[in-house]
Amino acid sequence: MCTMITETAPITLGRGKSGQDWFSVSEANVSYDHPYELPLEHALNIDFVDPAGGPGRRVAVELSVAGARELVRTIEAVLARAEQRGVLEDVPLT
Amino acid sequence: MYQTNDYEGMLAETVTMQGANGDTINAYLARPLGPGPFPGIVLIHHAPGWDELYREFTFRFAHHGYVAITPNLFFRNGHGTPEDVGAKVRAEGGPDDALVIGDVDGGIRHLRSLPYVSGKVGVFGTCSGGRHGFLAGCRLTGIDASGECWGGNVVAAPEDLTPRRPVAPIDLTKDLSAPLLGIFGNDDRSPTPEQVDLHEAELKRFGKDHEFHRYDGAGHGFFYYNRPNYRAQQAIDGWEKVWAFLEAHLG
Repeated sequence: MCTMITETAPITLGRGKSGQDWFSVSEANVSYDHPYELPLEHALNIDFVDPAGGPGRRVAVELSVAGARELVRTIEAVLARAEQRGVLEDVPLT
Repeated sequence: MYQTNDYEGMLAETVTMQGANGDTINAYLARPLGPGPFPGIVLIHHAPGWDELYREFTFRFAHHGYVAITPNLFFRNGHGTPEDVGAKVRAEGGPDDALVIGDVDGGIRHLRSLPYVSGKVGVFGTCSGGRHGFLAGCRLTGIDASGECWGGNVVAAPEDLTPRRPVAPIDLTKDLSAPLLGIFGNDDRSPTPEQVDLHEAELKRFGKDHEFHRYDGAGHGFFYYNRPNYRAQQAIDGWEKVWAFLEAHLG
C-alpha cells in the first residue's frame, strides 16, 4: 500500500553525486513506501535532494528494512568513533 | 472482442486540459480512431507517478474501445522523469485530494467536450488512484461508473488524516453517486480484508450499487506485471471483471 510515511531531514551542509555530477544537497527525504527499483513491496527510501534544482536533482537510495537499520547503526558507530578520537566536528575549509 | 480481420486504429498523445482551480495541466489521451461515439474513462494514476504503466493502461483502455485520458496529477510538482517527480510528491506527503478530484473532474469535462465521446464517462484508478476513484464517485456527480482497485486508506483513523487527505473517504459513502467496482487482494495490508469488509458494509448500509471481487493469493497491486506482487491468474480474472463492469455501465 502507499504508506505516505515520510519525513525530511534538513542537511545544513552536504553534497551528493548523481552520475558524474556533484551538487549541494540540503534535505534528505526519508520514506517507508513503495520503492521504484528494489524488488520489494516497501523499502526505506532516501532521496538526498537539492530542492532548488528540480525533481531530478536527487541521489536516490532504496534499502531493505534490515539494510536501513544496519545503516543507522553504522552511521552512529562511525560518528561515535570519530567523537572518541576527538575529530568530530564540521570544520569549514577556508 | 475484435476479430482478426477487423481494422483497428488508435491515436495516443499528450494533451492539455483544465484541471483543478482552472489550472492547465497535461494528460495522456488515447482513443480509437473513427467517429465513435465511444464511452470515455478518466484513469487516475497511482502514487508512484504518471508513469509508463499508466501509459500502457491508457493504450489498453483505448484498445478496448474507450476514449481514455490520464491526467498528470503531479503536473504542479515539477517535471522530470516520472520517478523523480513521484519521489518529490512522496516526500511532500502524497497527492492532495482536492487537487486530484479537481483534475479528475477536469478530465471528465474534457472527455464530454469531445465530439467522438458518447454520453457515458467513468473513472478508474489503482492504489491511491483507486481510493481517488471512490472519492471521485462521492465528491462528483455525472460519473457513470467508478473502478477502485485496492484503494488503501478509504478507511482511515482520525490520527491518519493529513491536510492533503483531510477526510476518510468511507465517511462520504452516503454521497456515492456512481456504480462502484472494487478489486482487492486478500493478502493486502492496506486495505486489509477487515477494512474492505467495513468499506462494503457501509456501501450496503446506504444501498449503493457496487460489486466487489476479492482474490486469494494476491496482495497489493497484483495487476502490476513489473512488481513483485504481480499475480497472473488473479490479474487476468480481475481485468475481465473490469471490462465486464465497464461494458455494463458505459456501453
